[in-house]
Amino acid sequence: MRYLPLTDTDRAEMLARIGVADVEALYADVPLHERIVGLADLPLAKGELEVERLMSRMAAKNTVAGDVPFFVGAGAYRHHVPASVDHLIQRSEFLTSYTPYQPEITQGTLQVLFEFQTQVCELTGMEVANASMYDGSTGAAEAVLMAHRITKRRKAVLSGGLHPHYAATVATLSDLAEDTIVALPADPTGTEDILAAIDADTSCVVVQSPSVFGHLIDLAPIAEKAHAVGALLVAVVTEVVALGAVEPPGAQGADIVVAEGQSLGNPLGFGGPYVGLFATRSKYVRQMPGRLCGETVDAEGKRGFVLTLSTREQHIRREKATSNICTNSGLCALAFSIHATLLGEAGLSRLAMLNHEAAIETAEALANLPGVEVLNDTFFNEFTVRLPVPAAPLVEKLAADGILAGVPVSRLLPGAGLDDLLLVAVTETVTADDRAALVADISAAL
Amino acid sequence: MLNDKGRPTRPETAEMTASPTFTGNRGLDQEEALIFEIGRADTTGVDLPKPKGARSRLGAHARKSPPKLPGLTEPEAVRHYVRLSRKNYAIDAGLYPLGSCTMKHNPRLNEKMARLPGFADIHPLQPTSTVEGALEVVAEVGRWLAVATGMAAVAMSPKAGAHGELAGMAAIKAALKAHGRDKPVVLVPDSAHGTNPATAALIGMAVKPVPAHADGTVRVDDVKAAMDDRVGAIMLTNPNTCGIFEPEVQEIAAVIHAAGGYFYGDGANFNAIVGKVRPGDLGIDAMHINLHKTFSTPHGGGGPGAGPVVLSERLAPFAPYPFVRMDGGRPVLVEDETGLVAGEQPFGRLTAFHGQMGMFTRAFAYMLSHGADGMRQASEDAVLSANYLRACLSDLMTVAYPLHPSMHEVLFDDRFLEGTGVTTLDFAKAMIDEGYHPMTMYFPLVVHGAMLIEPTESESKASLDLFAATLRDLVMSAKAGDTERFTQAPRFAPRRRLDETRAARAPKLRWEAPSPVA
Repeated sequence: MRYLPLTDTDRAEMLARIGVADVEALYADVPLHERIVGLADLPLAKGELEVERLMSRMAAKNTVAGDVPFFVGAGAYRHHVPASVDHLIQRSEFLTSYTPYQPEITQGTLQVLFEFQTQVCELTGMEVANASMYDGSTGAAEAVLMAHRITKRRKAVLSGGLHPHYAATVATLSDLAEDTIVALPADPTGTEDILAAIDADTSCVVVQSPSVFGHLIDLAPIAEKAHAVGALLVAVVTEVVALGAVEPPGAQGADIVVAEGQSLGNPLGFGGPYVGLFATRSKYVRQMPGRLCGETVDAEGKRGFVLTLSTREQHIRREKATSNICTNSGLCALAFSIHATLLGEAGLSRLAMLNHEAAIETAEALANLPGVEVLNDTFFNEFTVRLPVPAAPLVEKLAADGILAGVPVSRLLPGAGLDDLLLVAVTETVTADDRAALVADISAAL
Repeated sequence: MLNDKGRPTRPETAEMTASPTFTGNRGLDQEEALIFEIGRADTTGVDLPKPKGARSRLGAHARKSPPKLPGLTEPEAVRHYVRLSRKNYAIDAGLYPLGSCTMKHNPRLNEKMARLPGFADIHPLQPTSTVEGALEVVAEVGRWLAVATGMAAVAMSPKAGAHGELAGMAAIKAALKAHGRDKPVVLVPDSAHGTNPATAALIGMAVKPVPAHADGTVRVDDVKAAMDDRVGAIMLTNPNTCGIFEPEVQEIAAVIHAAGGYFYGDGANFNAIVGKVRPGDLGIDAMHINLHKTFSTPHGGGGPGAGPVVLSERLAPFAPYPFVRMDGGRPVLVEDETGLVAGEQPFGRLTAFHGQMGMFTRAFAYMLSHGADGMRQASEDAVLSANYLRACLSDLMTVAYPLHPSMHEVLFDDRFLEGTGVTTLDFAKAMIDEGYHPMTMYFPLVVHGAMLIEPTESESKASLDLFAATLRDLVMSAKAGDTERFTQAPRFAPRRRLDETRAARAPKLRWEAPSPVA
């Protein structure tokens, strides 16, 4: 076995040193009648070549996004990631290190986290950010719990523009914690009146912009109404590249910002692992979930970094902790941070505008098709199209032709009567030929 | 300065170990500034076409000023991150004996497989007809986990161990509710991971502690004594955090089952028992499995993890969305109630999309590579190596619970340091100077000055021998009164001890531009 350095001779010598006859003696506390001699239903060890063959065959059954015209988004976006990102995150010292519990020999990870926290603050327009969450959706659920701790209220209002998976994640955790959720109906036109849902019992209002339907939402009046009744605004961003072009939630009065950071540095990867960004106001830092990295000095007075404020966390506070979260999404946060560093503000602004312009051209081309309507006045790189036919079968048909046309709203909201709606995402990876193929195929299918 | 566990948090000022250099570098140990100090607003390392700039559909929402993100060109960025990387310890560079963390070798084949475009470049919301190979991987990894644990079902979506714990406890809460039981209480031993009580509290279940017995185990009599009408579940790590297999685990399961309750098994230490005993046969109803521990996915400086949770027959109907069901040899993805069959009643959804696919592919490569035989051998080698280190050290260091054999990790307390003036922390920092990552320290909380050593199956005998010899030398040195070797340590790391008290008192959590000189 190529991964196990001990030889049979080593094992015999080690057993002799321990003073037992065989390894079974070390399992003496395991009830004898429950011990098994192996896992008969599973195959035996394989060499690299065999494993590669087997897994490559499984991989080959999937339609690769990069091989086809690709317009799928709804919370995960295909962007070009510079080659150096994946190279750097595979440095042994990043890849095979653990949580920086011994800061003297993990300053690399710690400085990266400090830089990451600062980048997240700048992007979101907030004062303090943590070292990352599992993903955007779990971050949103944690943000609601945090708002409850701060306001000592237990009712969250969810916008109908919130990604349905995020809403379900928030609702599940709230249900488990026996808190209340008021979820507004799906808002494909971006015209809901969320202000009317905010009252004196509201702990927080959760609003996504761009919304899952692509609309850009004016957060300032929502923040104002929330603050007037002592509630918080939790702003959600599922496409972080948008923050290169649109006003950040922090500038519009948001109290907590959660975002999915996958778009920078991380592949689509069928949904994970991703990286949740989580930022807030300094005054709320001690109510924040997750790890935080802070600056300090060492015994010689040199600048260094440590995990800090851990008295909020489960390993110290146990059942009184702010969250049960233990890990962060370290390597994905590193990929995010490297990509953000390579872009810089100039590159990010440019990338965002390229996405936006490609989306405008696609939206206009689709709107020109008879019977097709784009529901958005405003959008960043994703918008909602109303088709004269149900969207899911159309997407299925185009997939058979080798075009991945977008996400049918019925996939996210089955039974909501929105079967004719299609979410179309357009990033810088979409070419003019891709766009032409999409428009031609939809046109032919109608 | 000490915290309430006796752990120092502020170092003494240290003497410089070497005369200063002009750059602050010491040969290969190079200083590196922050990107905010070396980057420039107008610099980018990504060449993109110029936007046309003529049109906008942003309405009134355009960003008024760009985010202050410094840019670096590619050579500068590569140098920045390579220099930072060299300030990290890593398994690839040396033995990493962090107890309860299972820092085993991360095979590079795993990385290669995870990067196949057919796995890495597919979208979670593509039509399922275009991702059948991916769904098969999810189903296959689930099947391997179910077989290895002897359980009926598996929920694959949890993002990490603590998230898997949440899934398992939520399934238990839903099952109890289905039987008309609200407000259940959970028994949690004192030796448990902090995530256990935190998870229970998060979902509104009150925690009742169970004391650890003097031999490091949890006794069925103590569980019986803690039982009352309200108790609906117990959370127990097995092998436990003291590195011992709980000898009365089946009796404990019987007690909780007789009361209509459920047994949550924390699977953090599963690496000791794969192919040796199945948790399902021991009466466990739910157990999360840290793929980054037992199944070798990389720890990545603190994540991402992956925490699928296996469920017994009784809990299987409550597994959360989404899940993959095999139907006539083809995988079917169930994302909402439209896909359910009779009897299934998911408690909800824990995350967007389908879980940590990138970790599933890595774990699957590990499983296929090891096979049933290799996984069993890996567990035996992990247990053998821990007991070997124990045998090599037990005359000099104090084994916390000598009456039981160790599983894959061995727990020492700090009695052997009594009177030396050296603390567990000092001892750990001296290991750094010897080129080792320290063991887990001050955990579990049930022994004083805990040192929990887990060598894993990835070390050669020569590596174990050198490690044991090093610890022996350190102990002799402490006993001989060479306290400077400990209190001044580490001397040969990129940083000396860091001031945690200062970091916590006046938190500085982001870089700020220096204020201009008035």
